[in-house]
Amino acid sequence: MTQAASGALAVTKAITRLAREDRGRLLSALIAKLGDFSLAEEALQDAMVSAVEHWGRSGIPASPQGWLLSVANRKAIDRIRKGRTQARIARDLVPLLDDEAREDNRENDRDMIPDERLRLIFTCCHPAIEQKSQVALTLRTLGGLSTCEIARAFLDQEATMGQRLSRAKAKIAAARIPFAVPDSGEWQERLNAVLCVIYLIFNAGYTAGPTHGRDLADEAIWLARILNRLRPGDPEIEGCLALMLLTDARRAARLSEAGATVALAEQDRTRWNRGMIGEGVALVETALARGRPGPYQIKAAIAACHCEGDHSDWLQIAALYGVLATYEPTPIVRLNAAVARAEAGALAAAIAELDALEDDLDAYQPFHAARAELARRAGNMDAARHAYRRAVELAPSPADAAFLEGRLDTLHQKEKAEPSAPPHPSFTGG
Amino acid sequence: MKYMLLIYNDPALEPAYGTPEFKEMMGGFFAANEKMAADGVLRGGEGLQGIETATSLRIKGGKVETMDGPFAETKEHLGGYYVIEVDNLDAALNYAALIPSAHFGTIEVRPLMDYNPAG
Repeated sequence: MTQAASGALAVTKAITRLAREDRGRLLSALIAKLGDFSLAEEALQDAMVSAVEHWGRSGIPASPQGWLLSVANRKAIDRIRKGRTQARIARDLVPLLDDEAREDNRENDRDMIPDERLRLIFTCCHPAIEQKSQVALTLRTLGGLSTCEIARAFLDQEATMGQRLSRAKAKIAAARIPFAVPDSGEWQERLNAVLCVIYLIFNAGYTAGPTHGRDLADEAIWLARILNRLRPGDPEIEGCLALMLLTDARRAARLSEAGATVALAEQDRTRWNRGMIGEGVALVETALARGRPGPYQIKAAIAACHCEGDHSDWLQIAALYGVLATYEPTPIVRLNAAVARAEAGALAAAIAELDALEDDLDAYQPFHAARAELARRAGNMDAARHAYRRAVELAPSPADAAFLEGRLDTLHQKEKAEPSAPPHPSFTGG
Repeated sequence: MKYMLLIYNDPALEPAYGTPEFKEMMGGFFAANEKMAADGVLRGGEGLQGIETATSLRIKGGKVETMDGPFAETKEHLGGYYVIEVDNLDAALNYAALIPSAHFGTIEVRPLMDYNPAG
């Protein structure tokens, strides 16, 4: 390879890495300074383009982040000069030009760049923005995913996703959604919205798997780690991170070679990621010790009960679902609670509880899978077959359908010895 | 930035005149007015008479058509508005939450268009 070609390759790699790891940080610092979401994005894009050219010629600067930030600042000045009338130019440029004058040393250290990502994530997840747009904006601005990657992850057309992102950004500007961390009175509610977005991203990745492009499960864990670093000691942030780690740790074991879902009790535990489980368990213990329990901590504690020891601790899990139901009195939490009670020995009570949930959960596949399994255990094979067929009809993925077909087959082969444990309704967080 | 807080509600859900709930609602509006005025954010606001007093108009083919009744046949009707001037949407939402009819109706928060010629 020639010198120039390898240089170009190094530059491209450096810029790709920056776009991945530092986009959120640079963008949030720019938005804080410019007070304009779209302008900040455009200016950063300009700076990236400029970097390809300059770094290719004169090498990668000592602080690429500092370089990008000050170039983006100047690009923003250019854009303001070009796009606005005299009166506004004067008003908007003064603070920026001040910064320019002060920044003699352009190659400032990366650590000198203020980390404004906490403000950025709270802006992206503001309740005045539709939730699907919150997810897309978070992935775009903090994760640095391209519009195309986001569209693919959510099975949308790229143009549709592009419009969704522009609409959200236009609303941030027009309605003046503040670039701010909420105050303590609103913290918990607003934090829940942020955690919900992160967890939705995680679930999208966990369900789809790393089929193409970025792995969204990794992305969500990365976002939660940033959040935990920027606001340390919040038990719900720790709980959410722990929940995702404990779930992701089992990823390798959750599908069979044929691609069918493997029930938790039948998974090969040696394929679980022990390092992630250790980190997740430690996190949830730290969180609970703070004495401010919340739904993510409870869910993480449930996940921990599945991961520790040789088998799930169902008595403990049933008790935790009882606690979770006080935070989230939803039919899905009641379903999970009932299954846990059945596992802990109260089969008849669990079946009665499932009967009571039929109206609410008739369209929910795990409900029928759980019902089938409990009916089988109670020796009611007709009811079991009926429920399995309904579950197969509703299965969201081929892997789930294959798993359920397998269950139905073993029923047809008729009561050979004692089959394995039931499919625990895939825990989706309610 | 100026925001209009549009007060929508279903008249059937409003507390009846003379009941303690009605008194409480009036007290709530009073308190909201006072707070907005005291904070120096209130720029205007009016209550509207009932929809039975509304007349709607449109021009079709150069001819003015007038109709008895409100524009939209919905349960929730525009009953009044405030205009406030605050820094951002969060502040506007905080004031909107003071409006007592939010308990049984909806407050729509809309930024006013900025006609600043220097813009």
